[in-house]
Amino acid sequence: MTVTLAYLADIGALAGRHLRHLRRSPGRLFLVTMTPAVMLIAVGYLFRDSITVPGSSSYEDYIMAGIAAQVALAGVGPTALGVAVDLRDGLVDRYRSLPISASSVLVGRALSDMVTAAVALAAVCGLGLLLGWRPHGGPLRIGAGFAVLLAFAFVMLWVGILLGTTMRNVEAIDGTGALILVVLSFLSNAYVAVSGLPNWLRPAADWNPVSSVISVCRTLWGNQPPQAAHGGFPATHPGVVAACALGVVLVTVVPAALRGFRRAVER
Amino acid sequence: MSTGTAILAEGLRKRYATHTALHGIDLEVPTGTVLGVLGPNGAGKTTTVRILATLLAPDGGRAVVAGHDVAREPREVRRRIGLSGQYAAVDQMLTGRENLVLLGRLLRLGRRGAEARAQELLDRFGLLDAADRPAGTYSGGMRRRLDLAACVVGDPEVLFLDEPTTGLDPTSRNVLWNVVRELVGGGVTVLLTTQYLEEADELADRVAVVDAGRVVAEGSPDELKRKVGTDRLEVTVARPDQLAQAAAALAVLGGRVPTVDEDAVRVTVPLEHGLDDVALAASELRRRGVTAADFQVRRPSLDDVFFALTGTAAKADSPTQEGADER
Repeated sequence: MTVTLAYLADIGALAGRHLRHLRRSPGRLFLVTMTPAVMLIAVGYLFRDSITVPGSSSYEDYIMAGIAAQVALAGVGPTALGVAVDLRDGLVDRYRSLPISASSVLVGRALSDMVTAAVALAAVCGLGLLLGWRPHGGPLRIGAGFAVLLAFAFVMLWVGILLGTTMRNVEAIDGTGALILVVLSFLSNAYVAVSGLPNWLRPAADWNPVSSVISVCRTLWGNQPPQAAHGGFPATHPGVVAACALGVVLVTVVPAALRGFRRAVER
Repeated sequence: MSTGTAILAEGLRKRYATHTALHGIDLEVPTGTVLGVLGPNGAGKTTTVRILATLLAPDGGRAVVAGHDVAREPREVRRRIGLSGQYAAVDQMLTGRENLVLLGRLLRLGRRGAEARAQELLDRFGLLDAADRPAGTYSGGMRRRLDLAACVVGDPEVLFLDEPTTGLDPTSRNVLWNVVRELVGGGVTVLLTTQYLEEADELADRVAVVDAGRVVAEGSPDELKRKVGTDRLEVTVARPDQLAQAAAALAVLGGRVPTVDEDAVRVTVPLEHGLDDVALAASELRRRGVTAADFQVRRPSLDDVFFALTGTAAKADSPTQEGADER
């Protein structure tokens, strides 16, 4: 019991470190928020009359869940960067020479990056409200939509931790983070219905777990156009696909990240 | 092991994918003393420190630090050591105080205890004025002092300092040396790696010279220096035809016969009587009308130590070893 409490206290202390960073240099928060916010304004507001989604009466409503999911994707790069820089600067060596558990260093980061993601999510959705997005449905369903997005963010930040422990090269991480953000969000139903994509791309976008996460969130927020339910298995069962995909990624990536972390220290 | 030994390494071996970093390192450091591990880049200094500090598992051999085996009881070892790596590992965005408080909390001093300990260390390491500024604004010397303060938050029995003054100006270096001496005065055992003979001389009770993953010599700094020889005076003459005159002038010093390097137009002589010899040489050269293009005193360098101990030049510029081992 005292061991668990000590572990939690370590995580708290280390998470506190990152939250101090966040307060002192809000640039990181800006990085995570900027891309989704720009896309929201550029596509969701400027192009809203040019893009039509079958069955959807309001493009702002349609695009919001996709933009919100982008917040989680945008966090991958900064998380990986933070891990790589701590390894490079010897801070990880220092923590590893202390009598604390190796995982507390990473879990501390994961928790504080969840705070970043939540704040960014709130900021982006606040902007969405200003631009005309409206969720339809009870507070429980709206809250559940946010919970799904946070779960998605949690999984993606472990992807970022894995990236940081294995790549370690700052420029390479920057590029990979940007690639993940662009490919996974454009190859999904974030901006247009999958039926609006070129034929050969449709299966990829259909099975892209990001599409499933967005569909679940859209449905919970009452922003899902009725036609979207027609289609293959992923379109009709987004919850199943999203839960399975996130679960699989989580149980493979977390142990891999911990192993990568140990190996990185041993270099 | 005996109770008087704080660090014991026996036959430590470590292989990396591309090369073998350690070929069997043996070290023994009595409690309360300072061992200087001297060697060029790529010699295996950092690898040795990382194994002793439980960050790296050796492929062979064993090590006992502060009474506990590093492989079997790493956590017990970690409770008793402080590590200062090659780069000052302080969080640049946190203030000096926050850096120390965080470590105190991770070392289970409690919030109050950690704050009190941070205050005490900031005072002791001369950082009180800068305590509430982000560490990123510190000078190199201040950052190193903060780094050192960070390793002693938990009151360790054994300190590992990996090239603690590399990249520091002479003043900061002196300040840091004094800090280390104070810690040693308090009973801490220190293993310090360095590329500078002078640093080992200033701080270490004993010195182990490491080259290519092996300990090639061990002894007190005086013993090592005796092997290396004394300071030398080097005079480069402006006109080659004055070389013989210069040699005659330096022969007046009465010590050993000067050596003449015709290609470099240079005469070298050991300095047996320090400054007196320098003054005598200068006036003697002037009396004979020799124009010196360069006149300098050379201390024995790490290269000289290596030459004296191993008969080969230090391999400091071997790129594969340097890159792979010293990260």
